[in-house]
Amino acid sequence: MYRYDQYDQAMVDARVAEFRDQVSRRLAGRMTDDQFKPLRLKNGLYLQLHAYMLRVAIPYGTLNSRQMRKLAQIARTYDRGYGHFTTRQNIQYNWIRLEDAPDILGDLAKVEMHDIQTSGESIRNISADQFAGAAADEIMDPRPWCELIRQMTSFMPEFSYLPRKFKIAVIASKADRAALRWHDFALRIVRNDAGETGFEVFAGGGMGRTPFIAFRIREFLPTNEIFAYLQAVLRVWNRHARRDNIHKQRMKILVHELGEKEFARQVEAEHAGFLARGANFPQAEYDRIAEFFAPPPFEQGLNDDIDLADPEFAAWAERQVVAHKAPGYAIANISLKPVGGIPGDISAEQMDVVADLAERYSFDELRATHSQNLVLPHVRKADLPAIWRALRDCGLADANLDLATDLIACPGLDYCSLANARSIPVAQKIAARFADAERQARIGELKIKISGCINACGHHHAGNIGILGVDRKGIENYQLLLGGSGDAETSQARIAGPGFDEDGIVDAVEKATELYLRQREDGERFIDTYRRIGMEPFKEAIYG
Amino acid sequence: MVEVLRLRDGPASEAEPVSLDSFLDDSDGGAVRIEAGDDVERLFPVLDRLQLVEIDFPRFRDGRGFSSARMLREAGYRGEVRATGDVLVDLVWFMQRCGFDSFAPDVPLNPAEVEAALARYPHVYQPAADGRVPVWALRHG
Repeated sequence: MYRYDQYDQAMVDARVAEFRDQVSRRLAGRMTDDQFKPLRLKNGLYLQLHAYMLRVAIPYGTLNSRQMRKLAQIARTYDRGYGHFTTRQNIQYNWIRLEDAPDILGDLAKVEMHDIQTSGESIRNISADQFAGAAADEIMDPRPWCELIRQMTSFMPEFSYLPRKFKIAVIASKADRAALRWHDFALRIVRNDAGETGFEVFAGGGMGRTPFIAFRIREFLPTNEIFAYLQAVLRVWNRHARRDNIHKQRMKILVHELGEKEFARQVEAEHAGFLARGANFPQAEYDRIAEFFAPPPFEQGLNDDIDLADPEFAAWAERQVVAHKAPGYAIANISLKPVGGIPGDISAEQMDVVADLAERYSFDELRATHSQNLVLPHVRKADLPAIWRALRDCGLADANLDLATDLIACPGLDYCSLANARSIPVAQKIAARFADAERQARIGELKIKISGCINACGHHHAGNIGILGVDRKGIENYQLLLGGSGDAETSQARIAGPGFDEDGIVDAVEKATELYLRQREDGERFIDTYRRIGMEPFKEAIYG
Repeated sequence: MVEVLRLRDGPASEAEPVSLDSFLDDSDGGAVRIEAGDDVERLFPVLDRLQLVEIDFPRFRDGRGFSSARMLREAGYRGEVRATGDVLVDLVWFMQRCGFDSFAPDVPLNPAEVEAALARYPHVYQPAADGRVPVWALRHG
């Protein structure tokens, strides 16, 4: 994985010093909270219902054991002994004191981490396929491009006070594990007929209160034009977006108002200008970064079988383990969705165990996923039983990847100052309802996503079953949506009908799954059946 | 009288900035004021008649002025580019990188703080209008 050189370290250290200065000005009353707010947001520091929340960047979801141990130490020292993995492959802490924030940044900088641009109207942490460098189906590791773009977009002078946030994702396979087209700007690495590498470019996606799926703005962009193209997109948006209504300032709204063709025309004109002025990075810089992502020294000649004699282990392995590109190796998914737990939460002790496993068994690498789980990307199949035992002993051996209890949920009204309704208790009740292993397995892949307000941090628009919490005259009410997806056939979920109370929504989800089980044809997932039969039969089953 | 903090040498322009429309109608003055929504490209044909461009920041979160300044520099304008309005010390580094070389904010800046802010970051990750060499070039000599 990437390591900082003296330049990267100097920039992050300078950021810590700058933030220390800003916090001291604020604490001394020399800045109003109004002035301080955008500055703290550029460092991932939110003021929530009960305390400050600090979001730490995990670039493209990749981290090592030393970093994970530091995250554990921060949880113990400055928080209440746990952290929360987010849908942007980041981690956040819920109980932070403003006075401590500069010290936390200082601790992070010691392990080459930061929280730069993790909130506010910034270019956010770049997300990527969590199986990058390990997946059998990728054409290359997308992370060198992620890292190059991370540096290009750090402290961008023209684009640090954008109309709204800006989210980028990069993948390199046909299968989409990163919800690509739900991003403002998304790249899929492809090869053209001449065998050259380039980007298929998508623009204008996003969730929030006005969801849009990104449109394909370029079929093939030569990779060496990415810096020019990205600046062109940002400039068109920065200059022409509305600034009078925060809910209409995302790039997706401008794309919608101008139309895809006109937006693309303006981008191409700016792009030509940037290219003519020579906005380019040296190929040697890409090569330098790519070296950090060279495949680890996989052993040759390993046995490619997994011993499934132990039924408990077999149940875990069959669900959590995914094919790896190297023979004898596997990708092991670690569930952060225990029934009764909070999706994405992990204790400091568990973080330490996971760090040990990464160091010992996975070439010192870990991944965070946008589904709020973790991954050991490169493990020998022969080591899977030992890994499973260690996970079981610390409560991380749930076998529910992509099943009904593997829900995404935002923090909701339990923590968030924007929320209208609680998300966590609903997630817990649904998980309890589908907890039976055999039942979950029978239903198969089912992506349930819960947001506690229309900002859609819980990705309800992309849920096979989406749930949106709203406030109806002071009472929490939950809308049911069906048919969303963040995979390669991206689709937006539609509202099924009137909302429910907390128990009612759990019943409604159950009815939807029962109808699916009755209607499904061979090999169909929930989303396939929905796409084939449409909304009406579901409505009838739920409301009839 | 708003205090002007200048990062450029030579005498300050005496010209009184006028609105973009007024300047384009009657371009004798040599100074123009760009509001956040103005299209700075309209100035490109007449850049040689300008000594001062004021770019306003109505709220410091409104970043349109950064693009305006950088585009003027890209188009070859060498005169003064002055930031006005809600300009905090935390913006001046980005402003300087986009081509601003004087500041006349609503609330005057402390020159020592500006100096510290401009010296805060030892490197830059990308080229802009200030000619600084980005890290990617330093790495490869």
